[in-house]
Amino acid sequence: MNTLVEIDQLKTVLHATDEPIRAVDGLSLKISSGETFALLGESGCGKSMTALSIMRLLPDVGEIISGQIRIKGVDLLQLPEFAMRSIRGKRISMIFQEPMLSLNPVMTIAEQIHEVLTQHGRLSHSAAQQRIVELLEQVGIPDAEHRMHEYPFQFSGGMKQRAMIAIALAGEPELLIADEPTTALDVTIQAQVLDLLRQIQQRNHMAILLITHDLGVVAEMAQQVGVMYAGEIVEMANREDFFNHPAHPYTQQLFASLPEKHKRNHALAVIQGAVPSLAQTFAGCRFADRCQQAMAVCHENIPQWHSIADDHQVRCHLYDSKNQHAERSAVINDSVVFGALDKNADIEPITTVSPLLRVIDLKVHFPIRKGLFKSIFGHVHAVDGVSLQISSGKTLALVGESGCGKTTIGKSILQLIQPTAGSILFKNQELVSLSRSQLQKIRSQFQIIFQDPFSSLNPRMRIRETLLEGMNALRVSPLSDTHNEQEIDTLLQRVGLPIEVKWRFPHEFSGGQRQRIAIARALAVNPELLICDEPTSALDVSVQAQILNLLKSLQDNLGIAFLFITHNIAVVEYLADEVAVMYLGRVVEQGQVDEIMDTPKHPYTQALLSSVPKIKQDRVSPLIRLKGDLPSPAAPPFGCHFHPRCPRAMPICRETYPATSTFSNTHTTHCFLYSQES
Amino acid sequence: MPFDPVILWTDALIYLFVLMILIGMRYVRRHPHLLASWKRVGHSASGMSSLTVLLFFLLIGFLDTIHFRPALESTNAQSEPIYSVDVLSVLDILVTPLRIQVEKTYSAPLATHLYAKETIELPDGQQMRTFARLQYGGAHLQHLETEHTTDIWVRSLRGAGYGFAVWCLLLIALTAGLSKQDECSFKQSFGSIWQRTSEIPWYAILITLLVLLLLVGCVSALIGYYHILGTDKVGQDVLYQSLKSIRVALVIGTLTTLIMLPFALLLGIMAGYFRGWIDDVIQYVYTTLNSIPGVLLIAAAVLMMQVYIETHPDIFDTTAARADLRLLFLCIILGITSWTGLCRLLRGEAMKLRELEYIQAAHAFGVSHWRIITRHILPNVMHLVLIAIVMDFSSLVLAEAVLSYVGVGVDPSMISFGTMINAARLEMAREPMVWWALLAAFIFMLALVLSANLFANAVQHALDPRARTLRHSNRLKHRPHQSGKNTLPAITETNTVAKTNHHT
Repeated sequence: MNTLVEIDQLKTVLHATDEPIRAVDGLSLKISSGETFALLGESGCGKSMTALSIMRLLPDVGEIISGQIRIKGVDLLQLPEFAMRSIRGKRISMIFQEPMLSLNPVMTIAEQIHEVLTQHGRLSHSAAQQRIVELLEQVGIPDAEHRMHEYPFQFSGGMKQRAMIAIALAGEPELLIADEPTTALDVTIQAQVLDLLRQIQQRNHMAILLITHDLGVVAEMAQQVGVMYAGEIVEMANREDFFNHPAHPYTQQLFASLPEKHKRNHALAVIQGAVPSLAQTFAGCRFADRCQQAMAVCHENIPQWHSIADDHQVRCHLYDSKNQHAERSAVINDSVVFGALDKNADIEPITTVSPLLRVIDLKVHFPIRKGLFKSIFGHVHAVDGVSLQISSGKTLALVGESGCGKTTIGKSILQLIQPTAGSILFKNQELVSLSRSQLQKIRSQFQIIFQDPFSSLNPRMRIRETLLEGMNALRVSPLSDTHNEQEIDTLLQRVGLPIEVKWRFPHEFSGGQRQRIAIARALAVNPELLICDEPTSALDVSVQAQILNLLKSLQDNLGIAFLFITHNIAVVEYLADEVAVMYLGRVVEQGQVDEIMDTPKHPYTQALLSSVPKIKQDRVSPLIRLKGDLPSPAAPPFGCHFHPRCPRAMPICRETYPATSTFSNTHTTHCFLYSQES
Repeated sequence: MPFDPVILWTDALIYLFVLMILIGMRYVRRHPHLLASWKRVGHSASGMSSLTVLLFFLLIGFLDTIHFRPALESTNAQSEPIYSVDVLSVLDILVTPLRIQVEKTYSAPLATHLYAKETIELPDGQQMRTFARLQYGGAHLQHLETEHTTDIWVRSLRGAGYGFAVWCLLLIALTAGLSKQDECSFKQSFGSIWQRTSEIPWYAILITLLVLLLLVGCVSALIGYYHILGTDKVGQDVLYQSLKSIRVALVIGTLTTLIMLPFALLLGIMAGYFRGWIDDVIQYVYTTLNSIPGVLLIAAAVLMMQVYIETHPDIFDTTAARADLRLLFLCIILGITSWTGLCRLLRGEAMKLRELEYIQAAHAFGVSHWRIITRHILPNVMHLVLIAIVMDFSSLVLAEAVLSYVGVGVDPSMISFGTMINAARLEMAREPMVWWALLAAFIFMLALVLSANLFANAVQHALDPRARTLRHSNRLKHRPHQSGKNTLPAITETNTVAKTNHHT
């Protein structure tokens, strides 16, 4: 194999606190040309620092203290800065997670690409323009000749990431570092971008260092996988070995904590504790404290690399030939890792009691105002006639891409946004047009959990005050202080936090802990319905498992109904009882979770499900790649909203919106492919 | 009674302000978590040393606030005491030599002769044009050429010596107090102060205090004999003027802010939080107010006030009362015109905050608007308010100078930095140049505003729960390859505060 990049014993420290943080601690890897190496790990384990070390673009507090980074034998760390400038963009390029932030908003796309071209070659103006068109066409931007003169705000999220890739490709790099390139994108767009990266790699024979936390993306893209934990790589393997026989206990536990359909009625396996602080020096294995198979030796000696197969190495004492445990643990699989099986399957029959919440033909339109007198110019049809119902103790998942109006539904159920039309019945009581004081009486029965654990808690209020707020606001007669304190203690214990935390401020907690506090805050008023607005999408896989377990146990113990707003299909499969798929303000398909997941009817649902990167390559349905982006809800397409992207569009789809098609008591869709009702 | 206490309007407001601070301190002392975060202010070395300087200024300002009218020596012992028409303050009494030793005209710092030549009549009847001897400055010297420099050195060293002695006493008292409090030996607590291991950075306070005491010692040893910072056009001591200006600066800086703050806070947050027609109304008000040139508005208001004062001379029993009312009115009108900037800033911030999820969550709980504003929005904009207040403080002191220049500032009989700077305009154009009045105003204002800025910065750092983890980064100065840069907002705010110092 011809090795393109070789990193040897790279050590990078950050001097951000008193103790230097060893963000990357002795990392070695090799990437061959034309190969994709995936660096997998949770947040804070040093993935991005590795990428920035390769580019030598570390923040001011960062310092590479030892190691070598060779690209075709040239050690980058020995080069002076001016030589490094000709390497960046020319031989190594990088694309970042947030396409909205990595393009300059006041420069056109063409100017931004031109910048790279002038840096690395002397092209005449016309040649450069031609090259820009070429690059943009290469990344699949339609009508590149005209669109290249547009500004980033005129591009959608997926288009921006394509433009970003075009900029990265402008210097024809040998290595492309992609730092979470699709994390900020929707699944259908993610599928497009991953496809594009694969095509470009084949065409240019380029190496890709893919940094991600998403096992699905790794499964779709990588040839080689390196698992990073606490600043070092703990396992390296090719894709097949990695997914079929994960060797390191950390990797195994990571797989076990993924929500999947067959784990529905079990608690997810959880990795106890948190990633250790990288400021300390480690005496033994870094994972030993959280490992379920830790031995005495793990705490004493630093494990060395052990080869399992040709291309499969792991840094774990279990595989040391001196340790007799090796045989036992090498064959470990999911079922053994599941320590936390707690409940048996108890699938209840569909109950026919009156639902807890009924949303009937809900519409939320936001006026677009323009001109001097702010006259209403048009409407954004954020939610356009949605009907849902949730029974108590059940979970309804609302699935869809960003911008389809999921969150707006959640907020209008809570009356945080006034609906334009339709009705919301909670226990047969109309919520729309209730006065503030009337609403106050029933507010405690439905609450919300937000996506971003960092902005959902007031940084200036201690946890105790945060929790007390809702209790005080919604309790008719104020209770004694001692009672309140007891209540807070119970709440914190219920969400799995020690009671001392109530005296602390939110910034002292990690994302997962903050999300627990946010859940405790919602629980403080004993709600019967909890609207969860993407509660786990900002969290790591292992933390996500903890939160999902918590939510599930709350439902089992307290009988709370969830409206679970998400774009993560795996979570839906794991948690939901019923699913509603939304597209551009309307529900296109609705049904029991099995019906939707196993026999999706609407072409959009089918495409959505097939776009989700799968770990096990057992795809039976063909891949459906959607073209283009979600249209603007200010001007939804005529007829069926989905027809411009639909692979099976018919002439009638352009004319009228399809009526309901029913497949079973619960399963309905809106599509002309199926027989229409009335 | 040998004196008749006088409470002017601004005095009353200052007493009220001090009372509010005392009540606030009492409140904080009773709430452990508030006390804990305020105690952190005490851990910042720059904050504590600037507090020391600031307290020194505040002390001078406060001494200058206690006003009274001394009794005149009456010929008839039985009759009612007659009080002087001059209103004096405690500060005036403390620095009596500065107040009463008035020369004829300009003299340079520490000089013995006037700065300008004048014709004097010699005893033999001849006239001579020369630099006349000062009436007070260096008047005790017999042999000018030989004694002048030595005398200054001896006196200032002696003064510094006294200052040092006082400092030593304070040091011993402090160390003894600390050792009693921590129950350790005298030597241990002395060590912990100077090895910088004590929680409160006593070393920083002590060093600042040493510098201050040495200066005060020198100055107090010299004031009876020399004009340390020279004299102005009418021969008044510039040091005295500078000391008197401190109160005016503090009054304008604090009272204006107090008047402006309710407008800015309430209207700004309301506009950003409620949006809709409330936002429109508030926006129209402040854009209109902003588009009227501030100086014109202030001039009109002050002139109206002036007319009122002049047509009702009977309601003021002293000139000081008149000047004081004008100062108060100036504060009010400055306050009314200067809230727009902060208001706009807070509106934007409130608009950002109202969309945040913790406020949405509060809505979901049905928390009242007033409670959301006070519990969620106000604490999260306090850092902006604090910075704006400190930045405004220096600009208000300067605004006073500009207004005095136009003739609508403080009463001409009142000494302020503004009138000093205004006078310096002519003095700088003079040949030879008179530089000391401007320099004195500059140094005093710089020290005052800088210490206020640094202290506000320390307060903001200590009170922001998020900034606490960052305090370590200051200790990394010894690492050459990194400058302690940090991307967090708390640090950039520090820079904005630091920048304002250049404006002064």
